[in-house]
Amino acid sequence: MRIARSRGARLGALAVIASVALSACGGGGSIDEATEANEEAAAESGGECGDLNMAVNPWVGYEASAYVVGTVAQDQLGCTVNYKELKEDVSWQGFGTGEVDVVIEDWGHPDLEKKFFAEEGDGTAEDFGPQGNVGIIGWFVPPWLAEENPDILDWENLNDYAQEFATSESGGQGQFLGADPSYVQFDEAIVSNLDLDFKVVFSGSEAASIEAFRKAEENKEWVIGYWYEPQYFNAEVPMQRVSLPAYEEGCQDDPQTVACDYPETELKKIVGSEWAASDSTAVGLVQNFEWTNEDQNVVAGYIATDGMSPEDAAAKWIEENQDKVDAWLG
Amino acid sequence: MTATIAPSAPKPVEPGAAPPVEERKSLSRWIPAVAILGVWIVLWSFTNGTSTLALPGTSRTGLHDSLTEFQNDLLAGRSTNPVMQFTNAIADALRSAVEWLQRMVVLPNFPRPVPEVGWLGIVAFATYVGLLVANWRIALLVAASFLSFGVFGYWQDSLDLLIITGISVLLAVLIGLPLGVLIGTNRRANQVVTPFLDFMQTMPTFVYLLPIVLFFGIGPSAAVVSTLIYALPPLIRIAGFGIREVSATTVEATDSAGQTYWQRLLKVQVPMARKTIIVGLNQTTLAALSMATLAAFVNGPGLGKPVLAGLRINDVGTAFVPGALIVVMAVMLDRTTTAASERAEKVARGGGGNPRVRQGLIIGGGVATLVAIYLSRTYVSLAEFPTYTIGDRVASATSDGVDWFTDTFGGATEWVKDLITNQFLNRTQALLADSPWWLAFAAIAALAFVFGGVRAFISTVVCLTGIWYFDLWHDAMITLNMTLVATVLVMILAIVFGVWMARDRRVDVGIRPILDAGQTIPPFVYLIPVLALFGPSRFTAITAGIVYAAPAAIKLVADGVKAVSPTTIEAGRSTGQTTWQEITKVQLPMAKGSIVLATNQGLLYVLAMTVIGGLVGAGALGYDVVYGFARSEAWGKGLAAGITIVLLGVMLDRITRAAAEVRRDDGPTTRRAFNVRLPIGPPR
Repeated sequence: MRIARSRGARLGALAVIASVALSACGGGGSIDEATEANEEAAAESGGECGDLNMAVNPWVGYEASAYVVGTVAQDQLGCTVNYKELKEDVSWQGFGTGEVDVVIEDWGHPDLEKKFFAEEGDGTAEDFGPQGNVGIIGWFVPPWLAEENPDILDWENLNDYAQEFATSESGGQGQFLGADPSYVQFDEAIVSNLDLDFKVVFSGSEAASIEAFRKAEENKEWVIGYWYEPQYFNAEVPMQRVSLPAYEEGCQDDPQTVACDYPETELKKIVGSEWAASDSTAVGLVQNFEWTNEDQNVVAGYIATDGMSPEDAAAKWIEENQDKVDAWLG
Repeated sequence: MTATIAPSAPKPVEPGAAPPVEERKSLSRWIPAVAILGVWIVLWSFTNGTSTLALPGTSRTGLHDSLTEFQNDLLAGRSTNPVMQFTNAIADALRSAVEWLQRMVVLPNFPRPVPEVGWLGIVAFATYVGLLVANWRIALLVAASFLSFGVFGYWQDSLDLLIITGISVLLAVLIGLPLGVLIGTNRRANQVVTPFLDFMQTMPTFVYLLPIVLFFGIGPSAAVVSTLIYALPPLIRIAGFGIREVSATTVEATDSAGQTYWQRLLKVQVPMARKTIIVGLNQTTLAALSMATLAAFVNGPGLGKPVLAGLRINDVGTAFVPGALIVVMAVMLDRTTTAASERAEKVARGGGGNPRVRQGLIIGGGVATLVAIYLSRTYVSLAEFPTYTIGDRVASATSDGVDWFTDTFGGATEWVKDLITNQFLNRTQALLADSPWWLAFAAIAALAFVFGGVRAFISTVVCLTGIWYFDLWHDAMITLNMTLVATVLVMILAIVFGVWMARDRRVDVGIRPILDAGQTIPPFVYLIPVLALFGPSRFTAITAGIVYAAPAAIKLVADGVKAVSPTTIEAGRSTGQTTWQEITKVQLPMAKGSIVLATNQGLLYVLAMTVIGGLVGAGALGYDVVYGFARSEAWGKGLAAGITIVLLGVMLDRITRAAAEVRRDDGPTTRRAFNVRLPIGPPR
């Protein structure tokens, strides 16, 4: 069959011509040369860092810290950095199997420490000290609300405004917007122990909370909810904190009777014990890493507001702050 | 996506035959139902607010803690547990298989700066496969799809997802086909396996993600295993059904020739069920794809990662592009498997075109593919997909469009939300969730009896007892209420659009692709705009449920109405009935079987979105599941919520199914469809 031959041949010819044309236009170099270059480079470098398995917990601030440390490790220590997108609890499980080496921003997980620290648990994880950020958790309202009703920033006046906060979700009471279930929250207990006429409605995720606060500020709606700092969104809408009865040591020990504000939390680095004992050069970097809430908000803003990739955002900050980075590499 | 089962010929109806009598019979069921509702409301007015068994969102009971202990014990014994040693070995094998494939096609294979085969070689190879198994048009579709992965900037994530999906589907075939044959030929095995399949498909993934990480580690291995668990049941179920459906006469006729068990199986049953089995494979593939975003929660590679990244920074555009590429991939795989099965059918019947033409194509295409692979191994520009900005531009255009929409219509949507929530949702919720538990229990069981008879009643009592036992009664009632309200809205849409599509072919052609996309795009993509419109609330969750469930229901109603015999419609027209009469007196009553089926599927699809609802402020069971996944000390509560969702699903499924069986007007079509179209559990 002539037709058959010619069709098959035509197809082949077409593909060849197209690919040759493409390669000519693209003009990229030869892969063989690059391979040789890579082999030489590998032979020269000692490779003292090896792999660095960095957990990336799902909020932008964390991402900022993780990618800054990761980028320094990769570019200045020659590590192979594997970013692993995981929730906190899954990350901690990974220390024991070597799938995770570093959790760079830990907000305090007493239950996980009990399971994985050496004192009570299996000793697969250890505390690597503060990373400089201070976590502030509390009840926040959008700025327009604080400006028009300054007395709202004191919890004792909240009941006067409860009706303003009512929504179709809150069954006649004021609505208090609870947060992503990952975070430590005592709001249901605080509301009932302080006799507040509010009902906690859980937003379910950071994205949902941000969307609610953004809308509230734009349309001057009444919203009060669980919020925190460091948080890039505060640069866009500076949320205002409502003061609750001050935190005292031990007032949050029994979850049912909590009637006080959240404490300030020193955010920590948690690392896998086995990795910490290894001679990877990245161990020192993670140990020395320390920065401020402002630093983190800058990088998080690059990612979330300016839409940069985490890698680019980290690289940009590193370039602008090489002095800080040098201190970590010390 | 479409389960491409051709509806069997509609029951012939004589022109001018008497209208179906069943209508009156089913009407009579509404009288006791309304009576039960009346009694319920009267009792409610005295007792509401007492014994509702409400449990605050962050509280747990002793039962939940003892379930958590189970997970803790597993964790504590992980270095010595022999089962885990075994599963860890499997996980290592899976991980190295995935990594090997990644180095072949997406990751630089050190010391090479690029993978073994570059993009040109992969596109050529995929196109060639499309040509081999199907035809020219499919080959073009495959080529266009692969190019779109790269042009929109997600080449690596797309191929990662294909690798995970491919391995999962391969394993599903290896495990699922023998099981399908088993349940197809052995009645008892079928009874044993079916509840497990129901369970695998209805249990929210978030519940078993933590144990999977324990047994299989994080990353690719966890992604493959969780995908496998979810994607396996359709294949087993549909293959079993196909084999069971091979006509008894054929089997008997060939048995009389004295064949052995294996001859019967391999020469008669499997070949005759092949078309149905391929439908099962198609469904399994699409189910596997729908797990992409969830697998990303445990660092599973693929397009789910950028979708979640978009959600994290609240940017709908960033999530939209990879989400749309998942749709592209689903359409590609769906059409290719369907066309491949059609081609195989033709070839088996001696068709399939001129063999020499085909031979030429095979050789020519093969040579071209080899050349392309060689070139892609030699030149960097043919190995690394060039970067285009079109993906970013589409993303920002999408974000701008959605921003404009939410800014413009935000006020109106708020109004709709408050109206439906206050007038509808809150009232029914007050009845269901604020009744004492025993009252709601009795009322639901009584309604099940009225609509589904004794069998539905027994299933309902068993399920409700289970729900009560797991200590989340109040949350279960809130979730049940949201599910019911959303399903009512889904059915309104289904009937309006279904009838419109059935009556106007152009509408059908225009709407179907949108429906396909609505069913395949990961819900995480439209969560952001829906959140912007309605804020965190139950209504947001209901809207997401409707977006997800309506396409399936609309298609089922459209197909059902279309299947109404034209003769009947003609007969009606000759008596001069109006269009309205034609729809309400002929088309809808005669499509009742399909409408019941659509309700069944609508309920289960909406229920499957419960967990997504928990992420956007719906609270109740969805929140409990997310809470259990996020905080391992509450894992037991998440598990209890997951089991409660399964029980709700089984209960709703059994009631609607029994309701369909009580009615006798449905032909074999409906019953067949009930079996083939996944009785339980659509993709989440």
